[in-house]
Amino acid sequence: MAWDRNQMAARAAQELQDGWYVNLGIGIPTLVSNYIPEGIEVTLQSENGMLGMGPFPIEGEEDADLINAGKQTITELPQTAYFDSAQSFAMIRGGKIAMAILGAMEVAENGDLANWMIPGKLVKGMGGAMDLVAGVGRVVVVMDHANKHGQSKVLKECTLPLTGQKVVDRIITNYGVLDVVEGGLKIVEVADGVTEDELRAATEATIVN
Amino acid sequence: MKKVYANATEALDGLLHDGMLVAAGGFGLCGIPELLLQAIKEAGTQNLTFASNNAGVDDFGIGILLQTKQVKKMISSYVGENAEFMRQYLSEELELEFNPQGTLAERMRAGGAGIPGFYTKTGVGTVIAEGKEHKDFNGETYILEEGIFADLAIVKAWKADETGNLVFRKTARNFNAPAATCGKICVVEVEEIVPTGSLDPDSIHLPGIYVHRIIQGDHEKRIEQRTTRKREEA
Repeated sequence: MAWDRNQMAARAAQELQDGWYVNLGIGIPTLVSNYIPEGIEVTLQSENGMLGMGPFPIEGEEDADLINAGKQTITELPQTAYFDSAQSFAMIRGGKIAMAILGAMEVAENGDLANWMIPGKLVKGMGGAMDLVAGVGRVVVVMDHANKHGQSKVLKECTLPLTGQKVVDRIITNYGVLDVVEGGLKIVEVADGVTEDELRAATEATIVN
Repeated sequence: MKKVYANATEALDGLLHDGMLVAAGGFGLCGIPELLLQAIKEAGTQNLTFASNNAGVDDFGIGILLQTKQVKKMISSYVGENAEFMRQYLSEELELEFNPQGTLAERMRAGGAGIPGFYTKTGVGTVIAEGKEHKDFNGETYILEEGIFADLAIVKAWKADETGNLVFRKTARNFNAPAATCGKICVVEVEEIVPTGSLDPDSIHLPGIYVHRIIQGDHEKRIEQRTTRKREEA
């Protein structure tokens, strides 16, 4: 038994620090907002032009002018501020966002990240992911440890087109938590019900500890 | 000088030509200039290049111009919601230049501010950096990206006064402000044109200097992903 999606999100929420401005990606990272620890105040940025993202609206109160970066209807909070896309990415590029929590297709042991394109298969685009990983203070990836064929997504080198080079600081998967350090990855934590040997065996990347 | 026009067709009169570069506001379907896009479809202008974060969906937004094959090229960061786009792109009927979202926004802002290029870390070490000038500043590598100077900007705002001062609403501001600034001519559609003097000068999001023509109209404002919670969870 490894961590499920919600347990991974809950573990990722432990990365948050009081007062931080944070950007959450689409998928499991979005769930992180359900697990913000007691006493920690964070402000969520939505890169389409909002700080202070609130929960989904109550049925019937959806507003077409109020969406998140996943194009879902959301709500505002008392501290909410709106701005245009150029200013949104100015604060990202300018290093004002403390942390981004993002999903990934592949992560390499040097911190390379691939999460936007499968050549010949999927043409969707990088959206704001390349800007985020280049600009924010800390990048945490939350993803399944293996792909649907059971192959490690934690690699020596990425095989897919990169989103960013040497950008990932920490990887949280269903098997545990790994940090990108000199020479490879360091095991920080092993998920409940997983042994350290299982985590090592499931990981293609070099583990240094 | 009168900036207010009766409808989208009249507001675009004399501005459209085949092969032009159009900067469009909007994020997903939020804050898109839906009336002006419809008027461009009706005008039948061909071989258009659009600088727009997204390409709409099959039957709304820029998607309606893909169906009529009026679009030659898209400059976008994300096109995942449009099956017709995928089909045309994979069959090489349509050119696509992916820009990271922040790079696209800054390219528009820079163009509008008279800045032909800027250096950014975004995309270094990725396919985005291929063929672009690299330069180191303080030990970090950056790439050169160019400002966008569009023939026409089409944007959506919430309110305008008769001089073109604009107020946007919530996250519908998005690319509309930077797109507006980077067009040689900017045409704006709004939900309401209010008398000059009725907007608070301290609360104007985009000054009328950037705005050349304005129309008021009814907007569908389609929602792409309707997500809600039950009242008892609130």
